[in-house]
Amino acid sequence: MNQIPSAVAWTWLIVALPLAGFVVNGAFSFFAPNAKRAISAVGVGVLVAAFAVAVVVVRAVGAAPPEEPWILTYWSWMPAGSLQLDFALQVDQLSAVMLMVVTGVSAMIHIYSVGYMGEDPGYARYFAYLNLFVFFMLVLVLGANFPVMFVGWEGVGLCSYLLIGFWYEDKVNADAGKKAFIMNRIGDFGFLVAMFLIFQTTGSLDFREVFAAAPAIFEVGGATITLITLALFLGCTGKSAQIPLYTWLPDAMAGPTPVSALIHAATMVTAGVYLVARANVLFAMAPISSAVVAGVGALTALYAATIALKQWDIKKIIAYSTVSQLGYMFLGVGVGAYASGIFHLATHAFFKALMFLAAGSVIQTLHHAYHATGRHEDAQDLRNMGGLQRYLPWTAALMWVGGLANIGVPPLAGFFSKDDILARTFARGHEAPLFYLFWALGAVGALLTAFYMTRLMAYAFHGPNRTGEREREHLHEAPWVMTGPLVVLALGAVAAGAINLPAVLPGHEWLARWLEPVTFMGGLYLVEGQLGAATEWTLLALAAGIAAIGMIGAWQLLKPAVLKPAREAPAETGIQRVLLRKYYVDEIYDTLLVRPLAWLSDRVLWKTIDAFIIDGVAVNGVARVARLVGWVGSRLQTGQVGTYVVIFVLGTIVLLRALLRS
Amino acid sequence: MLLGPALAVSAILFSLGVAGVLLRRNAIIIFMCVELMLNAANLAFVALAQQLGPDGQVIVFFVMAVAAAEAAVGLAIVLAIYRHKQTLDIQNLNLLRG
Repeated sequence: MNQIPSAVAWTWLIVALPLAGFVVNGAFSFFAPNAKRAISAVGVGVLVAAFAVAVVVVRAVGAAPPEEPWILTYWSWMPAGSLQLDFALQVDQLSAVMLMVVTGVSAMIHIYSVGYMGEDPGYARYFAYLNLFVFFMLVLVLGANFPVMFVGWEGVGLCSYLLIGFWYEDKVNADAGKKAFIMNRIGDFGFLVAMFLIFQTTGSLDFREVFAAAPAIFEVGGATITLITLALFLGCTGKSAQIPLYTWLPDAMAGPTPVSALIHAATMVTAGVYLVARANVLFAMAPISSAVVAGVGALTALYAATIALKQWDIKKIIAYSTVSQLGYMFLGVGVGAYASGIFHLATHAFFKALMFLAAGSVIQTLHHAYHATGRHEDAQDLRNMGGLQRYLPWTAALMWVGGLANIGVPPLAGFFSKDDILARTFARGHEAPLFYLFWALGAVGALLTAFYMTRLMAYAFHGPNRTGEREREHLHEAPWVMTGPLVVLALGAVAAGAINLPAVLPGHEWLARWLEPVTFMGGLYLVEGQLGAATEWTLLALAAGIAAIGMIGAWQLLKPAVLKPAREAPAETGIQRVLLRKYYVDEIYDTLLVRPLAWLSDRVLWKTIDAFIIDGVAVNGVARVARLVGWVGSRLQTGQVGTYVVIFVLGTIVLLRALLRS
Repeated sequence: MLLGPALAVSAILFSLGVAGVLLRRNAIIIFMCVELMLNAANLAFVALAQQLGPDGQVIVFFVMAVAAAEAAVGLAIVLAIYRHKQTLDIQNLNLLRG
């Protein structure tokens, strides 16, 4: 094992800083909730400091890339028989990438929040939760064994719940938080089962030991490894909002917009992708599970994109877009292109955070405008926007950058990362035609992505303004504390593609080579699909063509000029209505799962098993039998001495007979 | 001595005592019937002592002592019952009915 550089020893500080921020801001929220300057200084300061330390650590990783992960053990956490768990952090190439994404994007979103949440009475509480979230997210990506990762995994879920329901006075928001929490519990069940199975089979939960032991213990494609990876993937579908557990993510938009950007776009929801990439050996040894991962990813990518086509809520569109893009990431890691999945994760963090924050600026100025005139209109409805580029030129330009990156317009970041995934899916088509199908699903999804993103931009920023006559004068650009982070994120959305340019371009897949020490074990079990330079160029051109067709199509088909404000808009019909209502999946889940479960809990579990059998038969029944026996016995107690004597004499006769006979 | 007739008398006396306890309702009569049963037992002891040695006769003294003590306690209880209830009919003494 190679020597750990001294700079890496500072890793604990990256984790500890946000935790300290949480403690301090938590104290502020109780004792000085109005000390906004101090709260901002602490909340943003710890993140900027953590980012700085992360840069130092990642530079050390870059200076001497480790062959195997550097493990930093802090204390023995659970020494229990054969289970020896340490609280340990792990620094390697993969966690370095995640460190940069998490701390960098988080720092930007924290700065933005200063402007966005400035007037909120829960300012201190907000920053405390946000700091706590970053702490748990860093534990998740730095954990050196499954349980430490699980602590982070659960912690981010908790913070997600707290922040979705941040404005908990409104029942809808609190319900959305609960929905996210419960959906995630279903996934966590899978994660736990996977951990139990891993410990049972390998006797360890340390990443390094498990992955090193896996080739000797498991047989490729065997039942055990397939079960473990499928259970892990169930955890991923919950956390990363994939079919069938995706419905919580669009509802999670009830939280403040920076929360949507940070938790539900850039970081937490990508944890599932990180998990698959981290456990790449296990997934590579289970081809069926990998195909399931890829298939679910491809389906989700297309499916969520179709829903996004017809949503009117600007945040819902971006939320479904996030679900769709997460689908691409899973398609990537499912076909064994672990580096491509992580690549898309990184670029997506930039452009989707940018989209959300820009949408936040739009929502805020609309909200203020409606607040100023006292009208109660939906500040998030696209039909109430239109022509906003005249009022928010910076936001419009920056959101276009994010939108184009999301669509995958060359040479922005999203183009390279999405094309990378699709190309590698295509490359495995010669193994099984199924991969061609996955590729086709992804390609159609990309077309729809171009369409709905252009629709969003066209309806929000172009055409005539539909906000309202009196509101129009209140529309204004966001302050610099909000626009500044957008500029930084936009630079990332433009340039992040450079870290993993395709093989035919200079740069030659730098990220894939950088992650090689992490992914090579998984790579041993994969047939490397080779694409000729001609094919690769064709795919690149095709991706660009798809993006262009989608955009031009949307621009031609949609008429922002004839759109009516939300209040006057006619009801949707036919397929449009089905899309608007998200294929009625929430209703279907409600009918098929929630109601039967509620019925089962109410009628069977509560009223039959608990109230009738346990309380009635078991508890009260025993009491009743005792009372009956007591009643029968008490009938003998007549109080008449004569009766006692008769019984006594009879008893004596019986006893005497018995004694004399023997 | 005739063992058989003595034991027969003892058995008859004991049965009379039992019948008295079972059938009579006056507490003092019941009490006297109990004494009758004790003395029937005494008679049996004495009769058998003729054949089996003097142990039985010794037991008779014990029984007499117990009977005396019982009479003292029992009559005191009877007196207390009468003061309390103004009757000695045991059918009226059923406070312990379940």
